[in-house]
Amino acid sequence: MILAATLSGERFVFRDLRHLLAAASPLRSGDQLAGLAAVSQTERVAARIALADLPLQTFLEHQVIPYEADDVTRLILDTHDAGAFAPVGHMTVGAFRDWLLAHETDGVSLRAVAPGLTPEMVAAVSKIMRNQDLIAVSRKIEIVTRFRNTIGQHGVLASRLQPNHPTDDLKGIAISTLDGLLYGCGDAVIGINPASDSVENGLALLDMLETLRITYDIPTQSCVLTHVTNTIEIINRGGPVDLVFQSIAGTQKANEGFGVTLGILAEAHDAARALGRGTCGQNVMYFETGQGAALSADAHHGVDQQTVETRAYAVARAFDPLLVNTVVGFIGPEYLYDGKQILRAGLEDHFCAKLLGVPMGCDVCYTNHAEADQDDMDALMLLLGAAGVTFLIGVPGADDIMLNYQSLAFSDILTTRAILGLRPAPEFAQWLERMALYDPQTARMQAPALPDTPLSRMIGWDS
Amino acid sequence: MTGLPPRASFDRETVAKAESGTREAVSSGPSSPDPWARLRNATRARIGLGRTGDTQITRDVLAFQGCHAGARDAVHAALDPARLAAAIRNASPLCPEPLVVSSQASDRATYLRRPDLGRRLCRSARAVLPRERWDLVLVLADGLSPRAVETQGPALFSAVCEALPGWRIAPPVIALQGRVAIGDEIAETMGAAFVAVLIGERPGLSVHDSMGVYLTYRPVSGTPDSRRNCLSNIHAHGLAIPEACAKLVWLLNEARRLQTTGVALKDRAPSLAPSSVSSAASSFPTSSSPSPSPETPHDD
Repeated sequence: MILAATLSGERFVFRDLRHLLAAASPLRSGDQLAGLAAVSQTERVAARIALADLPLQTFLEHQVIPYEADDVTRLILDTHDAGAFAPVGHMTVGAFRDWLLAHETDGVSLRAVAPGLTPEMVAAVSKIMRNQDLIAVSRKIEIVTRFRNTIGQHGVLASRLQPNHPTDDLKGIAISTLDGLLYGCGDAVIGINPASDSVENGLALLDMLETLRITYDIPTQSCVLTHVTNTIEIINRGGPVDLVFQSIAGTQKANEGFGVTLGILAEAHDAARALGRGTCGQNVMYFETGQGAALSADAHHGVDQQTVETRAYAVARAFDPLLVNTVVGFIGPEYLYDGKQILRAGLEDHFCAKLLGVPMGCDVCYTNHAEADQDDMDALMLLLGAAGVTFLIGVPGADDIMLNYQSLAFSDILTTRAILGLRPAPEFAQWLERMALYDPQTARMQAPALPDTPLSRMIGWDS
Repeated sequence: MTGLPPRASFDRETVAKAESGTREAVSSGPSSPDPWARLRNATRARIGLGRTGDTQITRDVLAFQGCHAGARDAVHAALDPARLAAAIRNASPLCPEPLVVSSQASDRATYLRRPDLGRRLCRSARAVLPRERWDLVLVLADGLSPRAVETQGPALFSAVCEALPGWRIAPPVIALQGRVAIGDEIAETMGAAFVAVLIGERPGLSVHDSMGVYLTYRPVSGTPDSRRNCLSNIHAHGLAIPEACAKLVWLLNEARRLQTTGVALKDRAPSLAPSSVSSAASSFPTSSSPSPSPETPHDD
């Protein structure tokens, strides 16, 4: 296999698939940190030219991480559907891009081909796609998932309400939850990152959310984002677990760094499904991923961070998740340096996941040492909204006081819905109407004063 | 924005509403009490912001920008080693002249992109570090908030020196563009049994000068984070200097007895030392992980 291209009179030869994929990737600090980035812009574009000529079939014959060494590679190849691959099996990466963008290629054909695609094929094609291409293809793909409501349809933008508190104070969390509900957020999940990872604490948080949900008959699901083994124990102790959360990555070693194996995930999946708590469906898993995770665990095997990130989606799709989101700007500027890199990565992660059949959302976010601000987040949230993102994460005033980073404000999600004409999950939208938070006449959210909404009783307003 | 669902008029109505003034803004003004005010005792979260149209009122938008600006400026401020050295001498008059070293990260942009370089000592630095059988060396590193170590560092250094009368404490080392692990190479070069790295934590929106302390026994280059213990949230509204000093001294004495730092020491800490003592072993640096939380801050 010769991987080479000539550009501007210079011939560039690439050692192997990993080198080619890394060199073709848009510039990002994580690949520079790993010593994998293209050495010049010309080399980068030459790599893209060489990549465009590569048959998709190559990715079935050559692995970026050996089959014997990595259970994610084994998962990818062992579950590959040759029949689904057939319609595109003869194509090069470049022809595949053109096919993805053609009018004739609709959402149905994209869903049908997904089981035949590997993460490496999808990552490869993303590297020769512009941002608008990533958006145009993503928005054709409809991945619908269900638990107590239905999300992922065209025209629906769901949201995770993230009411974190630095000491897991139950009242503080309830207040932030109320704040988010008043903006129409929380249909994807009301999900808490606990400050303390103990099982007792997880039980207390879940019991509180369960009480709120039942008292107000909220058609949504709750989650405490603790380690999967904690959640299994909470299930065993009879806790009200809707969704099982876990951070995952694209290599066996990186997953081991999180303390998880495919076997543990399968065990958790079975345990949560056995509870039968979903009313609309039984998608019970919630995963987070993010570019830089594998490198930060020194578990990237010389694979560029966007390709190894895409491999995490193969792990996700094996467990029929309700929700997956990239934490795109969270991991830090050594992986995604500035607003431009965060924006590109957010669109890549969403596109690659959707093309593989994964219900992808995004934590549109950044840290204070990244070269980014809320204007960059505005751009990413609106582009993801246009791309049909499954859900976005909102926190009070964009300020997560537990994890100390900036995500979207609840009002940002309202703005995205309003500008793009997107709605909450239908069951949740009906509930908002029943609670007099949504006015169907004007198609607008209402902003009631605190004493005027019955929801305020959830924080003891009238006590 | 072609190809979007047909709701363009909706957008214009939103704008019109914003321009016509806002009931919400008035109701949260001083004339009528903000019903969210008493709830703010239970959480510092930015709850109950003033709403206009689908978004926030001017006051709240600018308040957020002000906080972010403070955090950004804190990250990019330069540590003045002469001023810090003078402050250390002022707090600890008997202390030997502080030593100043740099990491291999030549500037802030490199520091932010290349954590590996921030962990390594600049080649010329070894020559200024005297080798003796020190029990402890304290390193004051800028980390992600130079102001934090300028504000909290001298007082904690002084308190620790006073609290450890029998210990052979090395001259303080000021490390520029440094991350936690730079202390390993410094201690190795100086022959110190313990290193305590006092370092600026990543600024949050509300606190820009929070300092952390990372303690390592027998540090060598490549020491994993699981072998460190950390104290975090040392700032005016967080962990106070006397308290931080007491915890650090407890850790040092326990670690000397057990001949270890890290997870093994953390497991013993809860009954004796409060929750802000933790192992520095980080799980996964995404929002699923507690690593940037007050309990386990990370500078890298």
